Amino acid sequence: MASIRIPMPLRKLTNDIDVVNSEAATLAEAVDKLETEFPGIKERIVDEQGEIRRFVNIYVNGEDVRFLDNIKTALKPGDEVSIVPAVAGGM
Amino acid sequence: MAAVSVYIPTPFRKMTGNRQKVSAEGTDVGEVLTNLDKQFPGFRALVFGSGTDVPAHINIYVNKQEISSLQGVLTKVNDGDEVAVIPALAGGSGDEPGSNGTAPKKHIGALTGEQVNRYSRHIIMPQVGPSGQRKIMESSILIIGAGGLGSPIAVYLALAGIGKIGIVDFDTVDISNLQRQILHQNDDLGKHKADSAKETINAYNPDVEVITHKMPITSDNALEIISGYDYVVNGADNFAARYLVNDTCFFLKKPLIDGSILLFDGQVTVYLPDQGCYRCLYPAPPPPGMVPSCAEAGVLGALCGTVGTIQATEVLKLILGVGDSLHGRLLLYDALAMEFRQVRIRKDPNCVLCGPNPTVTALIDYDAWCGGAFGDHNEEQQKAVDAAKALKA
Repeated sequence: MASIRIPMPLRKLTNDIDVVNSEAATLAEAVDKLETEFPGIKERIVDEQGEIRRFVNIYVNGEDVRFLDNIKTALKPGDEVSIVPAVAGGM
Repeated sequence: MAAVSVYIPTPFRKMTGNRQKVSAEGTDVGEVLTNLDKQFPGFRALVFGSGTDVPAHINIYVNKQEISSLQGVLTKVNDGDEVAVIPALAGGSGDEPGSNGTAPKKHIGALTGEQVNRYSRHIIMPQVGPSGQRKIMESSILIIGAGGLGSPIAVYLALAGIGKIGIVDFDTVDISNLQRQILHQNDDLGKHKADSAKETINAYNPDVEVITHKMPITSDNALEIISGYDYVVNGADNFAARYLVNDTCFFLKKPLIDGSILLFDGQVTVYLPDQGCYRCLYPAPPPPGMVPSCAEAGVLGALCGTVGTIQATEVLKLILGVGDSLHGRLLLYDALAMEFRQVRIRKDPNCVLCGPNPTVTALIDYDAWCGGAFGDHNEEQQKAVDAAKALKA
């Protein structure tokens, strides 16, 4: 089971749950499962083609999946997945 | 081996248990200093910094004669000689234009007595020492935004004695800023934030030269503004400014110390010249409305202190050349969980800016690229840009 860390701005969609456990075998599958559980979250993470949005980074065990297999990156039990959207605030 | 007595001036007496005179042994001044360091670990680093030569602002005397007029640290000593280690108590500083378009360097001659006292908690650290403190005082830092992040950044860098701090902010102080922006107080309402920042900085430390840039940073002025500084610290509040600052720092090869905040979350990292950039991390901004701004979603005031102070820490480490910077790492701070995590940032071989086949080769129209309507002040910022253009025309 992989654990998926939900960033603050998306927790509105997860009823404030910050970590979701997933049995998914790939990242794409994990995103689909998230959508089933929390409708509306998928479009915040991936675009219409199912590719990860360019202002969202997803890390598996601290490594950017763009340098792994992108949305097809395989997940195994114990993996830590972080979804990190760009944040512009500073003032 | 001669036994000598060594006079210890006030700034160094912390090392000697407040003793003004201590005994030491050696055949020459160098050995006496080594012996002192053995008795009082850290003494050598305090006096010499990281170098091996006696720094220019320290004079060493044997029987009231300065050793540079004798044989330097090889000057022989005899039983009963009096050795004194004296930091210079007066010295000038001035600006000299740098060459090759680099920022003008401040030359710090010698620390004054007041400066030695003011920065003593830094100077006694082996990682800083007098030479590190001088590096801090010779540095120039540009802070983008005198707001939530810019406030703690500016305050701590001012206290540390940074020589020149530039503040870019076109906005004025509003009461809704005072929940988090520690540069500004009630009496500053309505003032230009850059002016209010300058007053606060100089109230903390009158030694700091503060340059105010009371204008929005744009593709027209970014190169000119940023070229005048050694390091850039980002406390901007919208994506257009973040990409503009990133691209400008890339073109000018300036280290960028980046931080951003929203709600209870913070992100911090460092981009060093030619080693990756913000576009490697986030190739494109979100479409308008996809990621809320602090004005729309809110931000915990104290979060600014945590993130801004980490940025200030990274600046000081870069100046001193100590430790491991956040370069190559994105630090994620979740204040609700009270957790710090790190993920890796890699230089993106497909980066449109810093990759081998760049398509962004000059500053672009960032407002248009970011789809407008970003940040707390975008509308006001656009008005200010238009006003500035109208003035120029």
